[in-house]
Amino acid sequence: MKLFTTTALALVLGLAAPALADIKVGATVSETGPASFLGDPEAKTLKLLVEEINAAGGVNGEKIELVLYDDGGDPNKARTFATRLVEDDEVIAVIGGTTTGTSMAIIPVLEDAEIPFISLAGAIEIIDPVRPHTFKTPHTDRMACAKIFEDMKANGYTKIGLISGSDGFGASMRKQCLEIVADYGIEVLADETYGPTDADMTPQLTNIKGKDGIQAVLNPGFGQGPAIVTRNYAQLAVGLPLYQSHGVASDGFIELAGAEAAEGVRLPGTALLVAGLLPESDPQRAVVTAYKDAYEKATGKPVSTFGGYAHDALRILVDAISRAGSAEPSAIRDAIEATSGLVGTTGTVTMSAEDHLGLDLSAFRMLEIENGGWKIVE
Amino acid sequence: MRLSGKATTLLVLMAVIAVAPVFFPSSYYYRVGSLIFVNGLAVTGLVILIGYAGQISLGHAGFAGIGAYACALAPVHLGLHPALAAVLGAALSALIAFLVGRPILRLKGYYLAVASLGFGILVSMVLSNEAWLTGGPDGMAVEEMGLRAALKAIGIDLSNTQFWYAFSGLVLVIGAWLALNLHHSPTGRALRALHGSEVAARTVGVDVARYKLVAFVVSAVYASASGSLLALQNKFITPDVAGFMHSIEMVTMAVLGGAGSVLGAILGAAILTTLPQVLTVFQEYEQLMLGLVMMLVMIFMREGLLPSLARLVRGRGE
Repeated sequence: MKLFTTTALALVLGLAAPALADIKVGATVSETGPASFLGDPEAKTLKLLVEEINAAGGVNGEKIELVLYDDGGDPNKARTFATRLVEDDEVIAVIGGTTTGTSMAIIPVLEDAEIPFISLAGAIEIIDPVRPHTFKTPHTDRMACAKIFEDMKANGYTKIGLISGSDGFGASMRKQCLEIVADYGIEVLADETYGPTDADMTPQLTNIKGKDGIQAVLNPGFGQGPAIVTRNYAQLAVGLPLYQSHGVASDGFIELAGAEAAEGVRLPGTALLVAGLLPESDPQRAVVTAYKDAYEKATGKPVSTFGGYAHDALRILVDAISRAGSAEPSAIRDAIEATSGLVGTTGTVTMSAEDHLGLDLSAFRMLEIENGGWKIVE
Repeated sequence: MRLSGKATTLLVLMAVIAVAPVFFPSSYYYRVGSLIFVNGLAVTGLVILIGYAGQISLGHAGFAGIGAYACALAPVHLGLHPALAAVLGAALSALIAFLVGRPILRLKGYYLAVASLGFGILVSMVLSNEAWLTGGPDGMAVEEMGLRAALKAIGIDLSNTQFWYAFSGLVLVIGAWLALNLHHSPTGRALRALHGSEVAARTVGVDVARYKLVAFVVSAVYASASGSLLALQNKFITPDVAGFMHSIEMVTMAVLGGAGSVLGAILGAAILTTLPQVLTVFQEYEQLMLGLVMMLVMIFMREGLLPSLARLVRGRGE
């Protein structure tokens, strides 16, 4: 019986595989499942860009074929799809791993196979320690913490309260922030947490409000949590500056929290979010505007930072293939590592043997919510 | 000479495992195969609990989580070899199953299902929230077992996927063999007796609560071993392994293939493991199809796929 399923499987796959393409690029992202709000724009972006690149003649005169799988956010499935991309589809590089969990599950497969992998997830563990074939495009949580602490320091806030979500994003960012907070001469007086599905954070915020000497509050979190925190924060009239993380840098957050409650909230965001506000001289302006227009025209949905991660990953890859002048995985790997001055949506990427991310703090813009919109504060 | 049912089952299983690779177009299929065996092992445990003893657990992924995280944590914190860590995880799962099962299994009806549901969710919450120990929702790395390197040293050079196909296949055969032996033992007969009717079993002197506990503990060890295998194979583990959906998947596999038959349950595992791979285009509808398949089987093939088909074939033959 198993034999039958296996042969059936082989048949179906055989029929589904189109004629040999020139350059096969693999991707496994979380189009569905709990991380779909990240993975869905990523998948749409990859499809859109591959079409665009092929319409413009491809890379080195060869067309790109995208093999895209949906892992539903399950690390075990992600690993299986990574194996499939390498062993069965024989791709020359893999983009994906929407979440840190799926990325970490994919890494061993691709490192074994010596195929370059560009992750779309946030955690610093993906590129630290540096693995020869693993790269990533989103800035790390640590960089977001640094950006926020720099802004706090500039404003003279040295005693802060922390309220973080206990989901993967919130927990990881809380850890990273606590590790570097002392370097900025800032002291954490309150450290509260809430569950990812909690509907009310008033008790935690009351604790923070009751602590003497707190000058600002930071909320590392993701999804609906930070919106509820922001609303409760306004209801309780805490009256201190509130910092959110890059995890909620989207128009959806303002909508969810309400423009009134969100007024004055600061957070580090990418240039993509404020494409229209960038000065003409900004090096990222052309790239983010082009991507934003193309994405919104093709999908009818507002562009998101997460789709931008996929955009940058594919751009880095295509740039590397064209510089390498070949579609050999080892040549592509070397070329990705030598990426220099590539302008993406998250920042300007310059990689090296020690740095497989290639972004610095300038990639983040400090944003403030004003009248239900964004304002760049530098 | 006529082979016993037990020998036939084991022979069929071994033959399929040994011959299937001949038809593999690429080594990716070894990966799918090894996942089938890993799931098959957990489902074989459920055959003992659901099929033999007639009890339902909706929290077996919790035990898989314990087995998986034992393999991840014990080598780091206790300096144990990963294989020993798997044994430790199994022992821990057995102990927890014993402690949890003892009070619950004295109760009748759906208490076990509800309590085990709570237990599974509890384990996955602890694994997610105790980030200082488990790495939280982002998961943690698992050490290499080293067996593949040892095999290479004596001249057997297998690729990673091939090795795990062979190794988890072997563990599955051993697991199936033990489960089949249990079926024909006095304990197995007692379990089937209480499955048929608890009152009747008690009347003839079966210690109902004790035998239910035995089935629960044994199936927990199977789930734990399956979790350990998955962790060692993936070399990375996240709390998803203990998640509620994983528990449901296990029960669905067992019931789909036929919870009363070891081979049937493994067939169920094979179908539900390959399905998402075949239907990559329909990923969005995976849960929907799972539900539909489940309903159809429950309505038209109440014993599960394999036993119902076997009955059909036998019926025609007569």
